[in-house]
Amino acid sequence: MSPILITFYFLSAITLASAFLTIYSKNPIHSAIYLVICFFTIAGHYLLFNSQFLAIVHIIVYSGAIMVLFLFTIMLMNLNKEDEVHKPRITRLGAITICILMSVVLVTIFINSNPIVGDELPSTEDYQSIKKLGTLLLNEYMVPFEFASILLLVAMIGVVLLSKKEKTEK
Amino acid sequence: MNNVINEIGIENYIFLASLLFCIGVFGVLYRRNAIIVFMSIEIMLNAVNLLFVAFSTFRQDAEGQVFVFFSMAVAAAEVAVGLAILVSVYRNVGSIDIANLKNLKG
Repeated sequence: MSPILITFYFLSAITLASAFLTIYSKNPIHSAIYLVICFFTIAGHYLLFNSQFLAIVHIIVYSGAIMVLFLFTIMLMNLNKEDEVHKPRITRLGAITICILMSVVLVTIFINSNPIVGDELPSTEDYQSIKKLGTLLLNEYMVPFEFASILLLVAMIGVVLLSKKEKTEK
Repeated sequence: MNNVINEIGIENYIFLASLLFCIGVFGVLYRRNAIIVFMSIEIMLNAVNLLFVAFSTFRQDAEGQVFVFFSMAVAAAEVAVGLAILVSVYRNVGSIDIANLKNLKG
């Protein structure tokens, strides 16, 4: 086995295990920490593809911003205790069955299907450096880029409005 | 540096992303804590993003990565709004157990 393949299996094992532990652990703080590990290994996958820009952005946005947001919310609601009631047994059994069936169906479909993606392109030119991505983003995808900023602005205003304390009636 | 995908195989990434997505679906169905449900949604989004980048590297085409960039922006906005909604729900109801949120059921 080549080192790249070993790295891939190692990263995938950590990704799947930490994603499962995110859901399985009782304490929400532990879930958040496992989710951080999961995001870091996905950033490792991006680094394996040599797409530096997305790896850095993924670490900044997910492990930095989103996880801090999650942790602040958990602390704000004082949820760091393990008193969650389980769903009824029939619902849990149904969830497990659906998950297993779905993964079996997806994996067998992809095993038995004939790939029509074709052979790899043999070109060795640079296609995913930050320079190329920036050129693409600000030429072809200019309008969606600006709309993303509008979306973030609207989301910020909405969050401030939603989390403002409502005035009690006099 | 040659293409990493040729060495690993695109099928392995398809399997990894499918399993990650199924784990996310499992979390949404299994847990009652609304924050964990949000985390499961993030896991599902990340599975799809991972597959986008894998195929973008496979085709040697940067447009998939641009799409992943936009999807990250949308995910950040979604998490911010969703957590704000959860905070206001917690203020009004006193818990974020999704079994308590049956007011819209009619």
